[in-house]
Amino acid sequence: MNEIVRKDAVRPAFDIKDYLRLDLMPHFMCPGCGHGIALRALLWATHELGIEKNQLAVVSGIGCSGRVGAYIDANTYHTTHGRPLAFATGLKLARPDLKVIVITGDGDCLAIGGNHLIHACRRNLDITCLMLNNEVYGMTGGQVSPTTSVNRLTTTTPAGNCEPTFDACKLAEAAGASFVGREVTRQAPALKNLIRAAMEHDGFSFVEVMSDCTEIYGRKNDLGESPEMILSQKADMRPEAFGNVADQPFRPNRLVTGVLAKQERPEYGRTYRARAALERAKKGR
Amino acid sequence: MTKTLTPVAGNHACALAAIAAGCRFFAGYPITPSSEIAEFMSRELPRVDGVFIQMEDEIASIAAIIGASLGGSKTMTATSGPGFSLMQENLGYAAMTETPCVIINVMRGGPSTGMPTRPAQGDIMQARWGSHGDHPIIVVAPASVQEIHSETIRAFNLAEEFRTPVVVLYDEIVAHLMEMVELPAAGTIKQVDRKWADAAQANYLPYAETPDLVPPMSRPGDGHRVHVTGLTHTPDGFPTQKPDLADRALMRILDKIEKNRGKIEKIEAIETDDADILIVAIGIVARAARSAVASLRSEGIKVGLLRPVTLWPFPEAAVRAAANNARVVLVPEMNTGQLNREVERLVDAPAKVAGLHRVDGEPIAPGEIAARIREMIAQ
Ligand SMILES: Cc1ncc(C[n+]2csc(CCOP(=O)(O)OP(=O)(O)O)c2C)c(N)n1
Ligand code: SF4
Ligand SMILES: [Mg+2]
Repeated sequence: MNEIVRKDAVRPAFDIKDYLRLDLMPHFMCPGCGHGIALRALLWATHELGIEKNQLAVVSGIGCSGRVGAYIDANTYHTTHGRPLAFATGLKLARPDLKVIVITGDGDCLAIGGNHLIHACRRNLDITCLMLNNEVYGMTGGQVSPTTSVNRLTTTTPAGNCEPTFDACKLAEAAGASFVGREVTRQAPALKNLIRAAMEHDGFSFVEVMSDCTEIYGRKNDLGESPEMILSQKADMRPEAFGNVADQPFRPNRLVTGVLAKQERPEYGRTYRARAALERAKKGR
Repeated sequence: MTKTLTPVAGNHACALAAIAAGCRFFAGYPITPSSEIAEFMSRELPRVDGVFIQMEDEIASIAAIIGASLGGSKTMTATSGPGFSLMQENLGYAAMTETPCVIINVMRGGPSTGMPTRPAQGDIMQARWGSHGDHPIIVVAPASVQEIHSETIRAFNLAEEFRTPVVVLYDEIVAHLMEMVELPAAGTIKQVDRKWADAAQANYLPYAETPDLVPPMSRPGDGHRVHVTGLTHTPDGFPTQKPDLADRALMRILDKIEKNRGKIEKIEAIETDDADILIVAIGIVARAARSAVASLRSEGIKVGLLRPVTLWPFPEAAVRAAANNARVVLVPEMNTGQLNREVERLVDAPAKVAGLHRVDGEPIAPGEIAARIREMIAQ
């Protein structure tokens, strides 16, 4: 990552305004939306790592989560629904000098984009994928998503959701992601640290951010205002050490937080280039 | 100097041309009858410091080539009907975000899985209108292996010059046909590069309304830190829903092609000057039509052939002029009448346009075209 990192000796304190396109304010997010906290944590981690804004590429899909990227003062790509990982794969392979971050939603990443997720995990290109999981399709008005907890009300589960939910982290780990972690927006510094560790990891890193859709999902399910929703994350959350136990009425098995899997695997872009160089040497080209 | 001719198959010529045109990134998903292109690129791209990747599907393939093109590379994917259908949403994204890329669609029998190893021309309208919404697109339709080579190079150059996706459309027969081809020497091939924004330029607008309608592009790392979105956007790249601004934004990308027809259109006209009977055909069918023209001319029948090499934008002025000079027009094609209606819409009297169609996976033979024309004369 050498060219990506700024050379300043003493880094100033983190000021989010240094990383935002302030002329786009006010932003579109509803009051209390968890996606804003995730954005702050990402920029904070970026700052701590000293990543040059010119070398930062943020690729997002479609959804409230996908709209977050536009506020970042970097190279930002708002792509199509479910496909940001596929766009990012092309970008990173063509431009290994960039720090590539994907911002996606639970619907974007696990429903329409599920196939791209598993193959991105398998390939292990050096991309950090942040999935902002608010258990719902926020942008389209609150329909059920693959991560909606059982019994929750959405506009397409008027009698309560009875589909089983996805554990995105288990999926990512099983598909081969070399770094997998989960954190809640309630703990912004821990979230920042996890995103930072993911960005430092050499290979594909997947971070599930437990976000809250206050305006639609919260209201529909009587989960209270934003402060109540965020406070309730504590009750749902289970530090890694306590294991993955299915005794929760909602979000079963899901809120184990922290780094959930990490392994050293060859980064795909370098592997490909090394093999290509070998081929060229063989052919004397 | 004598010409050096090399035996080359259509798909092979396409891949050779792509590399000669500067293509350094290919993403694709295997599908008959296009797979040879991917196979060739997987072998050759690493040798020129390029990147090949086989993606998980065609949606991902076109996404990856757009991503790589946004990073600054010249990029291509290749597919056939089912895969081309999957690509349509992201093809519109490339058009909307003005990201150059080349898409090869080797047509096979459809709809659905259809006849994977048989030729067809059923994607003529899909290539133009497959992605939702009014969008700009350029489509070229080569008819020989030599022309697959030259048109693939032209496709890259048009994509770069006009910042637009370009589709190269040909059928299974030319894809697998082996013909003697003159391969231009390295260094003699014209390569067009997209206009790059000056890295030092302050207040750079990624979608500026420049006089030529094609705004200069910026790469990540150049320092402009642009936003790219498929949402309707203003010159600064950020979304808008204001009616006047939305109209300007869409009309500029449409006009970019429309007002540059002169640089994009290409036709081949054979004996059309005095033609009483005009044939309009593309690709492999145009080759059959060409031999029909030769044999009918030897019988003294005044017949000519107009072949759109650039299929979209459709060479309207050339077709209109030739068709209006003729008494009758025949449009043979391997579908149930896609080009036919496009020609009908341009002539003074639609009734004089007749079609000759085949959708059984067999090519239209010269004899069929000649027989149909003799019939038309007798009527
Ligand atoms: C191909 C396609 N299908 C459907 C949509 C409509 N759509 C926009 S956002 C969205 C869901 C977003 O949900 P999620 O990914 O969870 O993001 P959130 O808004 O909750 O952050 C859908 C279905 C679309 N834009 N494109
Ligand atoms: S709809 Fe929900 S997810 Fe979208 S901005 Fe509002 S609170 Fe956030
Ligand atoms: Mg969501």
